[in-house]
Amino acid sequence: MNLHEYQGKELLKSYGVTIQEGKVATTVEEALDAFKSLQEETGTEMAVVKAQIHAGGRGKGGGVKLAKNLDDLKEHAGNIIGMMLKTPQTPGGMEGPGKLVRKVLVAQDVYAPDFDACKEYYISILMDREKKRNVIIHSTEGGMDIEEVAEKTPELVHKEYIDPQLGLLPFQARKVAFNLGLSGKAFKEMVRFITKLYKAFVGSDASLFEINPCLKDGEDRIIAVDCKVSLDDNSLFRHKDLAELRDTDEEDPTEVEAKSYGLNYVNLDGNVGCMVNGAGLAMATMDIIKLSGGEPANFLDVGGTADAARVEQAFRIILRDPAVKAILINIFGGIVRCDRVAQGVVDAYKNIGDISVPIIVRLQGTNADLAKTIIDESGLSVHSAILLQEAADLVKEVLQ
Amino acid sequence: MSVLVNKDSKIIVQGFTGKEGTFHAGQMIEYGTNVVGGVTPGKGGQTHLDKPVFNTVAEAVEGVGADTSIIFVPPPFAADAVMEAATAGIKVIICITEGIPVQDMVKVKAYIEDYDCRLVGPNCPGVITPGEAKCGIMPGFIHNPGRIGIVSRSGTLTYEAVDQVTKAGMGQSTCIGIGGDPIVGTTTKEAVELLMNDPETDAIIMIGEIGGSMEADAARYIKEHGTKPVVGFIAGQTAPKGRTMGHAGAIIGGAEDTAEAKMKIMAECGIHVVTSPATIGETMVAALKG
Repeated sequence: MNLHEYQGKELLKSYGVTIQEGKVATTVEEALDAFKSLQEETGTEMAVVKAQIHAGGRGKGGGVKLAKNLDDLKEHAGNIIGMMLKTPQTPGGMEGPGKLVRKVLVAQDVYAPDFDACKEYYISILMDREKKRNVIIHSTEGGMDIEEVAEKTPELVHKEYIDPQLGLLPFQARKVAFNLGLSGKAFKEMVRFITKLYKAFVGSDASLFEINPCLKDGEDRIIAVDCKVSLDDNSLFRHKDLAELRDTDEEDPTEVEAKSYGLNYVNLDGNVGCMVNGAGLAMATMDIIKLSGGEPANFLDVGGTADAARVEQAFRIILRDPAVKAILINIFGGIVRCDRVAQGVVDAYKNIGDISVPIIVRLQGTNADLAKTIIDESGLSVHSAILLQEAADLVKEVLQ
Repeated sequence: MSVLVNKDSKIIVQGFTGKEGTFHAGQMIEYGTNVVGGVTPGKGGQTHLDKPVFNTVAEAVEGVGADTSIIFVPPPFAADAVMEAATAGIKVIICITEGIPVQDMVKVKAYIEDYDCRLVGPNCPGVITPGEAKCGIMPGFIHNPGRIGIVSRSGTLTYEAVDQVTKAGMGQSTCIGIGGDPIVGTTTKEAVELLMNDPETDAIIMIGEIGGSMEADAARYIKEHGTKPVVGFIAGQTAPKGRTMGHAGAIIGGAEDTAEAKMKIMAECGIHVVTSPATIGETMVAALKG
């Protein structure tokens, strides 16, 4: 689960991490009020208006603007709120439709007054799958695309691995600050920053913290100017407060709905829908669709209990996509009995009524033969298969 | 011999009296697996499915000589259950539970390093040595005792491979479901290594998916030390970047995470790579003919 920048910053602040202060606004009026109170509270002269969407590279599409005065702020907030913001990370990239901006963060200008003395750094924390431990990635090349930095100048990207049982040790925090070339007050500030940041990472069961840029200002203060925070969905049971920060407006509405039925669904661009039990088999079924000349329209794992109700919900969700020209149902019955799934398919088909796309049902495993009989005798225009290859051939056939 | 579990394994079920534990322990016993008892804190001294219930794993080790444990404990308590089993001296710990927080697994992985044990999973279907022991949630009847070893990150896709092997007239030595999480106790390479060293395994099927570098590591091991034919498949050739595909570990981050990249490395390392999951069985038949 991803947080918005403003939510991530609140989280960091609650752990004592110094952040670029700001206020969130959903209208131009709120943005103006936010600017005024921010000026009073922080003494900032100017403010940055930042679009709040779940995607990076917001500046590239015009989603981040500096406002020197109230008029500027009014203009920028007016332009950004409600815009379809395109960034390299929104669906379809800079060529895609973009994402609707519903909120902006009006943030203090932390680069003032001594812009030239400011220096930007890159800091992120994540779990390294290979080393099976958390790592603090840091670089003097802040404000840039870190993957590009790592490719061109790998020597400028440092990694500090953390012992899971001991946590971040003081010498490691110092090492990070030394690697960033800091000394004096800025060094001490960075050690404190890293220590608190790591506490926040562990404390929130995060899977990613990315602070880019992390700023050293003219007075040697270390400040999180931007932050990307992803949390581990599996840990939300122990972070009820963080779970409430989920912004479903940022997610695909069909995926949100599917989730409420216990279906694991990912929307894709293809023409053949699929319904499968198990994530690995679901991915393999998508691959089969491609090999048969189609393109998968979705990933859909109905889970371990593929009962009739779930099958029907899954059907309805797949059929909603007008691009779908055929549907492949692939169930390997283990604990799930195939005959029950087959009955679920038949019932769902009858309940929904006018299904105009061909449906291929492949049921294998427990009671597979009985299931095939149920499908074949249902009188519905459903193609049945038992072997995976048969199903693949049928997909090819109906697409022709 | 087979690997990890066999007819002599003394298996206990952690989370024995719960709904999942009860159902699957029943299935395991019905298959003929040597389930010697179970653990549910607070229910020690009772009998469940005609087997003794213990309060702690240590008591089960002492009471019935348990050496293997299968865990059906819910996600908030599963990491603790693994560490309890390791501490009590259990040698093979199979964790079925899906949805354990990643940071819990980071701790578990570091903790169990000090113990002489092997963790399989979490978020896996378990391990089966057909005809001897079913220590998992897989349907027993699709398996057939034989000499093909199977390693996989997925559940139903493993069953698919098993079924193809059985239908091709062969059987399985041991099938190891290593799990779909970002951090798993036994890696693809470690599981392949076990089967490579097993005198009762003639050939290996290795099924991976997008995300991580486990298959590439296994492929490099196979190139160096492989003595048996290996058939490989990677699920997720059509998966988009940056989306989690059901399994927490199935996500393409960098270029090395893709199915294409993995299949390329596997082919370069001498693995018989199939692009269609429907041809795993026939490819194995061909590979064995050499």
